[in-house]
Amino acid sequence: MTDNPHSWNDGRMREIMGSLLRYGVLLAAFLVIVGGVLFFIQHPHEFFDYSTFKGEPPRFRQVHLILSEAMNFRGRDIIQLGLLVLIATPVARVIFAFIGFLIEKDRIYAGITFVVLIILFISLFSNYLMF
Amino acid sequence: MVTFIAILFTGALFAGFIGSLTGLGGGVVIVPLLTIGFGVDIRYAIGTSLIGVIATSSGAASAYVKEGILNIRIGMFLEIATTLGAIAGAALALFAPTHTIAVIFGFVLLYSALVSLKPKVEDQNEDNQKEGKYVRIIGLLKAKGSYMTANGMKNYTLHHLTGGFMMMILAGILSGLLGIGSGAMKVIAMDSIMKIPFKVSTTTSNFMIGVTAAASAGIYLTRGYIDPVLSMPVMLGVLIGSLIGAKILIRSQTKKIRIVFAIVVTLLAFEMIYNGLVKNI
Repeated sequence: MTDNPHSWNDGRMREIMGSLLRYGVLLAAFLVIVGGVLFFIQHPHEFFDYSTFKGEPPRFRQVHLILSEAMNFRGRDIIQLGLLVLIATPVARVIFAFIGFLIEKDRIYAGITFVVLIILFISLFSNYLMF
Repeated sequence: MVTFIAILFTGALFAGFIGSLTGLGGGVVIVPLLTIGFGVDIRYAIGTSLIGVIATSSGAASAYVKEGILNIRIGMFLEIATTLGAIAGAALALFAPTHTIAVIFGFVLLYSALVSLKPKVEDQNEDNQKEGKYVRIIGLLKAKGSYMTANGMKNYTLHHLTGGFMMMILAGILSGLLGIGSGAMKVIAMDSIMKIPFKVSTTTSNFMIGVTAAASAGIYLTRGYIDPVLSMPVMLGVLIGSLIGAKILIRSQTKKIRIVFAIVVTLLAFEMIYNGLVKNI
């Protein structure tokens, strides 16, 4: 109920946003739990050392590889897919806000939201750019 | 590895629990927990912490976004500042020496301890309708709002847009550089600078934290800072801990917890600064 002329639409927008965030986090948590269980079964005795930074291999850091590797049902790949879903959840919220403002014909805020969206995409796909 | 993950999960559970009770979020203690407690490289620790921050922020926001107190428009507008800052902060972290990051982290911890002890004056900006200097911009951005309180609807107008926006850029930079939510700083930008009512400030801040953290998490993920095995127990632990904390918060006295938390955070701060200065991190 931010703005009276838009209150009806804003109320619906809030409800959908709330569900979007809830189901996004739940889906991410589900994937991380499934991946974790698979990891324990597949690597019961392996120990990793994190005291020096080596950086993750490409299959854990590039968006398209995370998506394709998850099909192999290896524990850590499923966890990483869950983490990607988690990072995508606030992004989905921004995409939805953009659509919502367009429906409300609120051009200024549709524009503002679009700028945020571009910044988020630059970040997620920065390794495909020169940065 | 199973024991390591179990201990990490318990630590994250505790961090999320205390973080939501004190309103500081679990992020500030995850990095010291991983680096000082488990000897994890601070770069992995920052990536892991960001995952915890997104999980708690999105989980909490999903519950109260429907309540109608937070201001989606003001949040979206200020997210331009925080996401830009977050990308800059994350880019900075790729090049800054790790011991420098540790020292900065220590000072931000000290500051968080101070903020957590400060008594909160809740109704300072309630019913603040006087318009500031930026009447035209405020009209254009529809930068006013109203929300329901126990005493009926209250209206408010934004002040010091530029100052608030600058503070949000800084909050974004710290969030991206250190892997924290920097919620305290976002609240200061809205509550103290922009004169937004406290309740609207805290809820809108939490709403913004997820998007801010996602902006820097993208950089960290694609640079290989986010490890699945470290992130799994931390994400689940912090998420469950913060949900339990939010349930208990409603019916408990948090003053003592705040003091204990402030002492722990202060000790961690000195530990981080010391380790940074002797280049142990």
